[in-house]
Amino acid sequence: MTTPTKCWLRNLFLPALFLIFFAAYTEVPHAAAQDAMLQPQTEKNYQPHSYQGKVEPDDGQWTRPAKDYASTRYSSLDQINTNNVKNLKLAFTFSTGMTRGHEAAPLIVNNTMYIVTPFPNSLYALDLTKPGAPMKWVYQPLPTPASQGVACCDVVNRGASYDDGKIFYNTLDDQTVAVDANTGKQVWKTQIGDINKGESITMAPIVAKGKVLVGNSGGEFGIRGWLTALDEKTGKIAWRAYSAGPDKDVLIGPKFKPFYPQDRGQDLGVKTWPPDAWKIGGAGVWGWISYDPQLNLIYYGTANPGPWDSEARPGDNKFSSGIFARDADTGEAIWFYQYSPHDLYDYDGVNENILLDLPIKGQTRKVLIHPDRNGYVYVLDRTTGEVLSANPFAPITTSRGVDLKTGLLQYVTEKQPMVGKVVRNLCPTAPGAKDWQPSAFSPRTGLVYIPHNNLCMDEEDVTANYIAGTPYVGANVRMYDAPGGYGGAFTAWDPIEGKVVWSNPDHFPVWSGALATAGDVVFYGTLDGWFKAVDAHNGSLLWQFKTGSGIIGQPVSYKGPDGKQYIAILSGVGGWAGAIVAGGLDPRDESAALGFAAVMKDLPKYTTKGGMLYVFALP
Amino acid sequence: MRSNFQLALVLSAFGAAALLVACSREDRILRQPPPANQTINSVQVSGLNPGANSMPTPPPSNMYQESAYAVSEGQKLYEQYNCVGCHAHGGGGIGPPLMDNNWIYGSEAGNIFTTIMQGRPNGMPSFRNRVPEYQAWEIAAYVRSMSGLLPKGVSPGRPDHMSVKPSEASTPPQTPTGITGSPEQHQ
Ligand code: HEC
Repeated sequence: MTTPTKCWLRNLFLPALFLIFFAAYTEVPHAAAQDAMLQPQTEKNYQPHSYQGKVEPDDGQWTRPAKDYASTRYSSLDQINTNNVKNLKLAFTFSTGMTRGHEAAPLIVNNTMYIVTPFPNSLYALDLTKPGAPMKWVYQPLPTPASQGVACCDVVNRGASYDDGKIFYNTLDDQTVAVDANTGKQVWKTQIGDINKGESITMAPIVAKGKVLVGNSGGEFGIRGWLTALDEKTGKIAWRAYSAGPDKDVLIGPKFKPFYPQDRGQDLGVKTWPPDAWKIGGAGVWGWISYDPQLNLIYYGTANPGPWDSEARPGDNKFSSGIFARDADTGEAIWFYQYSPHDLYDYDGVNENILLDLPIKGQTRKVLIHPDRNGYVYVLDRTTGEVLSANPFAPITTSRGVDLKTGLLQYVTEKQPMVGKVVRNLCPTAPGAKDWQPSAFSPRTGLVYIPHNNLCMDEEDVTANYIAGTPYVGANVRMYDAPGGYGGAFTAWDPIEGKVVWSNPDHFPVWSGALATAGDVVFYGTLDGWFKAVDAHNGSLLWQFKTGSGIIGQPVSYKGPDGKQYIAILSGVGGWAGAIVAGGLDPRDESAALGFAAVMKDLPKYTTKGGMLYVFALP
Repeated sequence: MRSNFQLALVLSAFGAAALLVACSREDRILRQPPPANQTINSVQVSGLNPGANSMPTPPPSNMYQESAYAVSEGQKLYEQYNCVGCHAHGGGGIGPPLMDNNWIYGSEAGNIFTTIMQGRPNGMPSFRNRVPEYQAWEIAAYVRSMSGLLPKGVSPGRPDHMSVKPSEASTPPQTPTGITGSPEQHQ
């Protein structure tokens, strides 16, 4: 069921999208991409491949940031469906009283909802058994205000994890805390980083095999990236795996068997950098972690190398902008693959990894699906790190594809940013075809739902000066909408065929997470504050609600104590895309917010700041 | 004859005046800057003065902001000390915009000097151990030029890099609001 307007939009959008892919290779001027009228790549003939693999059993709670270890963000609750979602009503709200970007997913455990706020990272517990879900307690870690200076892209927090009676999360000033889920009392608190080295923490930890896994942020501050495992009972550091440096620091040993030869060799984390550059080379671990209990492997991406000025760091800059598989107990590296060797554009590799078992060329393979900042959706064999496919989901001019034999990204030489030269029409931009905003997967449709950007940029590199605790970037950037004239889209992607099934363009980058449900309703929010429910099969809009501020949160679904299905989302604009509103930036300077302000200059006309939880249910 | 003489006199007076102005614009600063302690002690970050019946003494003025040379040095230092990483080219990012009229801690050179040297609680680093005082004054002068608070003649004209905003010289003056730690003195 699609409304005529929807169809019209999509009919325009899909051909434009395909033409853009085409244009990416031939560099057709923008206008041509817009007015050519290809036949719509029709989803009418589209046959859904419902998923044959297993998903973790669903108890109606939401205990991990991505719902399950496979990071599907799929709820098997189906009371809310495509027919009745139009009746969805507000059940209760809760103000966080904070005005920065709200990126966290609420957790729901034992009829209690837990919310982590942006800096100062308060943790609220709401009692779902009482009318209006009153506050049970608040835990306030009071991180040092100075930490706000080292958060590159707003002082966000992406949420918490629950395990064994405790809530685990991180503070902006580099502490991991464990809080008693019933009483709100602190169980332990461990300082694991240093703001004076430019380190901050914004990511949501996961708990696997009794260890809390946490990574640092600060690729724009010359940090040295790491993933740290803390004992969930005591908070003691069990191991730390650096993203660069000698093999012993990266926890590379005899078990390390990367699929491609370019990732094999001794101390590549030192040799692929100029002397000592790896010590301040970034490659933080601020994104998502997935876990495969059968293989006993954890998967996570490493962030961009620093500085952005790539001439300052000749070499492949391992192990930045790639993905590690590690032993969940010891942290030993098992394999690594680099999406963007010697990254030129701030293409962090930290986006979500959805673990699925998919039929690929007639064989069921254990894969992971990863929509990268560089514009490709990767399907990797998660046992070996082999690239099975890499197809573009957004306009790309910076590369010509991924060579499936060598695994190498095919860069476009003319598009290499340089010191003292402005290079234009670089797509995707620094925040990528897609940034942190996590996708969802529905086993019912077999589709991955990807919130993403549709942007291009001009860049000129400048020589960066390293001063610990201050930015180490070295680039002037200005972003603008990619062909099509819109800033983002919400796209349904077939991971087996490697293509777009449908796509809803949006005026602004879609900076919220996605939620898929068994009622075949998919949820996401927009930067101008609309919370949307769309049909999982065709993207048509079924319901929407205007929240008080732009949405960059992650929607979740749970079963309340009354047996009803609820949908929850934090509203509260901010993040890198929304910094113009949250930080009150001045868009006369197009380089504000590392160049993002230029393309977001209208956003202040659409939304104002303010954090609020919204929870919906059927009457 | 007499009128010619008068004309010459007037002309040379004009010339001398022009030269003088040009001199102070182009000259390097050889005089000593105001002592840091004196500056920091006289900077106020509140507009509320209980029991006072007169406005507080203004902080020492910054002679650097009359020198195009000093302002252009300030612009270079603004990049070199990575102010640009947090405040962009004035539009802000991690830190607030510096090209607008909204000041949390005051827009006077003395206020900005104090901001740079002491830092500010919500993430502005203290550069006390990094930036010599005379450079902090040069940067403070340049920061004021970002919101058009310096005379056109001393503000940077054309950017050396990718143009991301109108030049400081063509930025219309933004009347500062926010705290008034000292009476604002505008040219
Ligand atoms: C690490 C990031 C960072 C760096 C580097 C940085 N600033 Fe700041 N700056 C901030 C933040 C954050 C604030 C807001 C502090 C507050 O509100 O307490 C700020 C505040 C200021 C203010 C006060 C603005 C007002 O409205 O009163 C000025 C002026 C300023 N910075 C100038 C500079 C200059 C000049 C430099 C370089 C010497 C610099 N900053 C370097 C982050 C930074």
